[in-house]
Amino acid sequence: MKWVPVFSGRHPVVFQAGHCAMTDIQATEASGTFAAERASKPPFAGINWNWLGLLPFLIFVALFLVAPVLYLVNGAFQNAEGQYTLANIIALGSDNIVSSYSLSIRLSLVSAGIGALTGLLVAYAVILGGLPDWVRHAFTTFSGVASNFAGVPLAFAFIATLGRLGLVTLIFRDVFGVNIYAVGFNLFSFWGLALTYLYFQLPLMLLVVTPAMEGLKAEWREAAESLGASRAQYWRLVALPVLTPSVLGCFLLLFANAFGTLATVIALTGSSYSVVPIMLYNQIRGNVLYNPNLGYALALGMVVIMAVTNLLYLVLRNRAERWQK
Amino acid sequence: MKRFPAVSTLIVIVAALYFLVPLYATFDFSLRMERGVLSFAAYRDVFQSDTFIATLTFSAIASLVAIVLGALIIVPTAYWVRLKLPKVRPLVEFLTLLPLIIPPVVLVFGYMRIYGNDSFLPLTTTDPGTNVLLVIGYTILSLPYMFRAVDNGMAAIDIATLTEAAESLGASRMRTIRTVIFPNVRSAIMSGAFLTFSISLGEFVMASLLNRPAFGPYLVQMGQDYAYQPAALAIMAFGVTWASMALMQLFATRKPGQRLFPRIPSFTPRSVKP
Repeated sequence: MKWVPVFSGRHPVVFQAGHCAMTDIQATEASGTFAAERASKPPFAGINWNWLGLLPFLIFVALFLVAPVLYLVNGAFQNAEGQYTLANIIALGSDNIVSSYSLSIRLSLVSAGIGALTGLLVAYAVILGGLPDWVRHAFTTFSGVASNFAGVPLAFAFIATLGRLGLVTLIFRDVFGVNIYAVGFNLFSFWGLALTYLYFQLPLMLLVVTPAMEGLKAEWREAAESLGASRAQYWRLVALPVLTPSVLGCFLLLFANAFGTLATVIALTGSSYSVVPIMLYNQIRGNVLYNPNLGYALALGMVVIMAVTNLLYLVLRNRAERWQK
Repeated sequence: MKRFPAVSTLIVIVAALYFLVPLYATFDFSLRMERGVLSFAAYRDVFQSDTFIATLTFSAIASLVAIVLGALIIVPTAYWVRLKLPKVRPLVEFLTLLPLIIPPVVLVFGYMRIYGNDSFLPLTTTDPGTNVLLVIGYTILSLPYMFRAVDNGMAAIDIATLTEAAESLGASRMRTIRTVIFPNVRSAIMSGAFLTFSISLGEFVMASLLNRPAFGPYLVQMGQDYAYQPAALAIMAFGVTWASMALMQLFATRKPGQRLFPRIPSFTPRSVKP
């Protein structure tokens, strides 16, 4: 049972953090109904029994969320004999792994960039564009569905649309006389994946950037106009600086969303397109790296990228919320 | 006079085309299995397949059990945190958000190592054990949505007063949760449940790596073997996602105790006004 030391090393920290918090609550609550109950147990008077109510949750999360990740993190720093080493982390620098990370990061950047830009445009159009309310309502509702319509069925939909025999491909061929596959388009490639991801990225962007768009107060625009600002100046000097933290934050969220995508890629290109999640998937199935501990390091890399992205997202979101009060 | 919003209209039309064309194309494609005519043959073919029924049933049951397990863990926890331990809220919230950071492929990798052969809890060595692990995995994936939904639901009701009222009437803690708190957050649970359902029904990574006969791996297999059936499956999946989201919205905006549909006015004879 290798994981025990890791787990038991972590557990007291979690417990103590909560325990300090508890003593304050105890003080404020001392006059409550539970004071009598507590007084009848002098030997444990300092312990807050309310903690026990959280145990089922904490045990569940520790066993099935924290421990598995810590096991992998621990394994990433060990060799096959269980000695601690940095060899696996260094081995992440080998060519095939670096190119896999690079592909994943480029794909996620491109997909998040396009998603953020188009999502912003659509958000502007439906919220501030002067269109009837039902347009906005339709887009919001549809976005709720489309942002969750990912995975395998999404890949099928795009194969039926832009695959070699897809409807749009055939329309281009028969109506415009252009074989899009002959002029360089390929659904089962980098740009094909980016275009497919857009189907859930754009709606997600629309949903998460809406509060920021709505936060642009009409007074700001009126103030700018009454001071003689042009439309362009208003956007450049007022609206965009206010929107920037939100947009950057949403961009990071989209990045993380694309980075973790696996099922869509498998259904579209099979398990040979080596983005990081696919590489890890293949490693789990068949130890293609011939080194289990290197697999752990690969997983650690994914978690680190996801954690940093989400952390930055939270920081930016806090900054953005300043304007939404 | 207001100008016609030309730019916005153009953006909206292009976006709408991008969203609707793939749906139309997929639907159109799914009808073309029989040469020369439009028919629902692909759908018929899918429904007649035993694997389709078996895998769909498996995944539906796994999702439902995951939802129940999630509710059983989240409702008492959210309740307890709001009532007794408001200061640990950030910790609990952080833990429930972790599944958004840990990719499922990493999580299941850890499961296979920790709960494998020479483990203290060798779940993956038996079929029922692996099923349990899959359900637990889905429960973990649903934590962010479940906790947020239930926690929002609890914010809408006055838990402290309800609890005091129940206790002064002599109800035990369990009974308070079961008969007072639970019914009040039922809408919130349902709203989280539909999102969980739509996520885990077609989930691929965990099911595939744990080697379960689930719907996600079946879909991928279909995509490799057939042309028209996958399109039919995609249309159906879109329908299920749509229905789940609609029901989620419905339950999320419903107030505790409010009826799902307005009561049909009864046809009692109206008294004649004097």
